[in-house]
Amino acid sequence: MAVYDNIKGIEEEIIKCMKCGNCQAVCPVYKETLSESGVARGKIQLAAKILKGEAKYTPELYKKFDLCLQCQACSANCPCGVKAHKIIMAARAELARQNMLPFAKKAAFNILKKPGLFDFGLRLGSTFQGLAFRKNASGMSPRFPIGLEMRRVVPALADKPLRSELPEVNKAPNSRKKVAFFTGCVTNYIYTSVGKAVVDVLNHNGVDVIIPKEQHCCGAPAIINGDIETGKAMAKSHVDIFSKYDVDAIITVCGTCGGTFEQKYVELLADDPVYEAKARAVARKIRDISEYLVDDLKVNFAKLGSVPISFTYHEPCHIGRGMGLTRQPLEMLTKIPGITYKPMKQPNRCCGGAGSFSLTNYDVSYQILKKKMADIQGTNTNVVVTGCGSCRMQLEDGLAQEKMPHKVMHVIEVVQMAYQNAKEKPAATANKEQTKASQKSGKTKKAS
Amino acid sequence: MSKAQAIEALIKAIGKENVITEHEELVCYSFDATADMPSQLPDVVVTPRSTDDVVEIMKVANQYKMPVYPRGSGTNLCGDTIPLKGGIVLRTQKMNKIIEIDADNLVAVVQPGVVINDLNTAVAPFGLIYPPDPGTVATATMGGSVSECSGGLRGLKYGVTKHYVMGLEVVMVDGTVASFGGKTVKNVTAYDMVKLFTGAEGTLGIITEITVKLIPAPEAKKSMLAVFNKLEDAGNTVTEIVRSKVIPATMEIMDQVTIRTVENFAKVGLPTDAEAVLLIEVDGIPEVVEREAATVVKVVEKNNGNIKVAKDDKERDGLWAARRAALPALAQMKPTTVLEDATVPRSRLTDMLVALQNIAKKYDLMIGTFGHAGDGNLHPTILTDERNTEEMKRVHQAVDEIFKTALELGGTISGEHGIGMAKAKYLPMEFGEQGVEIMRKIKRALDPENLLNPGKMMG
Ligand SMILES: Cc1cc2nc3c(=O)[nH]c(=O)nc-3n(C[C@H](O)[C@H](O)[C@H](O)COP(=O)(O)OP(=O)(O)OC[C@H]3O[C@@H](n4cnc5c(N)ncnc54)[C@H](O)[C@@H]3O)c2cc1C
Ligand code: SF4
Ligand code: SF4
Repeated sequence: MAVYDNIKGIEEEIIKCMKCGNCQAVCPVYKETLSESGVARGKIQLAAKILKGEAKYTPELYKKFDLCLQCQACSANCPCGVKAHKIIMAARAELARQNMLPFAKKAAFNILKKPGLFDFGLRLGSTFQGLAFRKNASGMSPRFPIGLEMRRVVPALADKPLRSELPEVNKAPNSRKKVAFFTGCVTNYIYTSVGKAVVDVLNHNGVDVIIPKEQHCCGAPAIINGDIETGKAMAKSHVDIFSKYDVDAIITVCGTCGGTFEQKYVELLADDPVYEAKARAVARKIRDISEYLVDDLKVNFAKLGSVPISFTYHEPCHIGRGMGLTRQPLEMLTKIPGITYKPMKQPNRCCGGAGSFSLTNYDVSYQILKKKMADIQGTNTNVVVTGCGSCRMQLEDGLAQEKMPHKVMHVIEVVQMAYQNAKEKPAATANKEQTKASQKSGKTKKAS
Repeated sequence: MSKAQAIEALIKAIGKENVITEHEELVCYSFDATADMPSQLPDVVVTPRSTDDVVEIMKVANQYKMPVYPRGSGTNLCGDTIPLKGGIVLRTQKMNKIIEIDADNLVAVVQPGVVINDLNTAVAPFGLIYPPDPGTVATATMGGSVSECSGGLRGLKYGVTKHYVMGLEVVMVDGTVASFGGKTVKNVTAYDMVKLFTGAEGTLGIITEITVKLIPAPEAKKSMLAVFNKLEDAGNTVTEIVRSKVIPATMEIMDQVTIRTVENFAKVGLPTDAEAVLLIEVDGIPEVVEREAATVVKVVEKNNGNIKVAKDDKERDGLWAARRAALPALAQMKPTTVLEDATVPRSRLTDMLVALQNIAKKYDLMIGTFGHAGDGNLHPTILTDERNTEEMKRVHQAVDEIFKTALELGGTISGEHGIGMAKAKYLPMEFGEQGVEIMRKIKRALDPENLLNPGKMMG
């Protein structure tokens, strides 16, 4: 049984929990609230009540499950291997089926289902930024599918969304490989430079980049909130869109999007006679940009230009624990010439963003963010590098409010700088040679 | 006088934000880490922030005759924080200040809600440690571990929690505040009340401040892993190491079932065909550590063991991760984990281990045993499924027999987890009715109406 279709599908996980309480040591929510309902152990016992049919579907119950970042720290540290975050998701799904989703969220998800409309709304928001913000501040109209109306410092929307700025097909000069690129909403509408960096760096490596025009939101906000029906619709739509392309890989630049394609779509469509196999095929091709450059292309980063910055790295939960990419981003960054890495104490501790969490639970979210800020402050750097757009929004919010000077960059933007700095030296032909050099180094990695 | 009035009074006393009555929250305080126990909803959960708050709570409880269950992190393994008869759960999470670190007197003063590891982090810059280290150091509170008199992996050389508690502030059932003990090493002024409240499992009073002893952190450590093909050889090694005048900080044993499970779970390179492994750590001054390690190696080899000395911190961490994973790894095997802590004199260790194997066979159960071999404290862990009523019957019979055997070998039914609900019925086996009655008299004297953690121990 697909785990999110019926709470029974998660029974074995619930039973596996020995109630040891070890998750208290790592749950960022528990560290703030210090209450048992904040941590996985308490939530799992509440889920057990749902399973046994003993729970009353109250708004309070909804709130308990809503108060979770889906950061997966509990699952990663659970001695019994309980997938606690999945139990919480399954409970959310059950609550959504029982009509417990608040009206605003339900409405937002319905809009998401219609990509055209969604796109329209966002462009409109972009044009009338100032106005839209004021409206948002009074909670009238969420500017973004997951809603940002309660944030105090919000990044500006790009003048033009990435996907309308770049062509659908971006051919490399010496093309040898072909990938599809799932941009994700944040990259499409806010940090468009990240998307451009992806295309730029991949083209440099002889990789053609296709950005399917029909793509839209991956659906994570709906799925994470338990709206499985919407989630499935989004999953099917994207599985269809990306199955059409004969590509070596599908690139993502956000752990949440990547994990949604790689894991959630498969879980959601597990029982579907048509889509299960298709979803798996798409999932197998998913690569975070760091993973693709390091593991597939085996780029020799040491040969790139110098990037003389001193940075610290925030590991997004869904990149590290979610997609299991703890090695790749740093392997790539630290090899770049001239760069200095100063680790913070807990790089993999959640920043508290977690999509809609930072809206519905802003206080807790901000307390968690403050811990991250203190950790960054202690590193004596001026750049925070991360691999997820929504972490970036959260970090920028914190940096602005705490009046810290740090700049936030996506991993791929740093890599792009390294390419640009290499290019600058031998002017005209640099572009081609660079591509050749990295192609070669890709094949002879050990020689370096 | 109704419960609703009592709750009103609590709200008036300590503020609405510190009084929880929401059903969904109450569910989260209806259980603890103990398997095979009933759960029970409390009527209300209170979160005091100070001794004064606790006093106010006790006054209300006393007036309305509501039972009070002190609760730290709820990680105990004897059903000690289950609010069996309803009433008030008093959780100490927000009394979590480290009040003082007094390096000159080697003491720290803490509130009960401080997590053990947080104390250790705070004293580390002074080159000091607080040695008691139950498997839950990262979650368990000082109040909870003092009240269970928690042990851990270093009991043999460093003792257990009670050897570190020097002073306590306690709020009695009627709201009276009393302080016993203090910062002096020597203190024989009247009854040793500090010891009485240590390990009292919240049945005699609410601990609101704790003064503990700290010790200098050992300069050097050496961890070793000894592998044995025969259980007896491991048992003999343990006694012979001590006979050779070496007191390791740690001497942990894992039986074959545990070895296999841990290896499967943590992949630390344990040999899965061995009958037993010992994890031994000596610590102290570097020269002494070297000498003691050499003695350990000699004894192990003489007893047909294969020994590996951890070369660096990374290898040491690996060996320790394996030991720390023992219980959790076993717990992964089956849905329900019944964990006991029967303890025998060190010299009877092998007898106990063999007896446990026989008990597993007799009742056709899967039992993995690991534990603190150095102090004879074993954790036979029965892996089962509480939905299987027939098997659970055999589990209960096996538990009875484990305790009987431990007592026959001159041991005790609980080395470190406490009595609570889980082992209350076995007390007469160890003390006889008259012994239990003496304890009951103490309980009645301090809590005549049985309002403090009722249903636990003798209550
Ligand atoms: C995985 C695992 C491993 C463990 N390993 C060990 C081990 O190696 N050694 C060991 O000894 N134990 C071990 N334990 C048991 C447990 O962790 C310890 O007993 C721990 O010290 C309990 O701390 P707590 O804060 O969770 O207390 P709780 O469980 O909340 O409470 C324990 C008892 O203390 C009482 N109490 C709490 N606070 C106060 C207070 N302020 N005043 C009065 N009474 C109070 C409670 O009423 C209860 O009776 C383990 C448990 C688990 C789940
Ligand atoms: S989820 Fe895992 S860590 Fe948390 S209480 Fe359950 S078993 Fe322990
Ligand atoms: S996913 Fe993160 S926030 Fe949610 S319960 Fe687990 S550790 Fe806590």
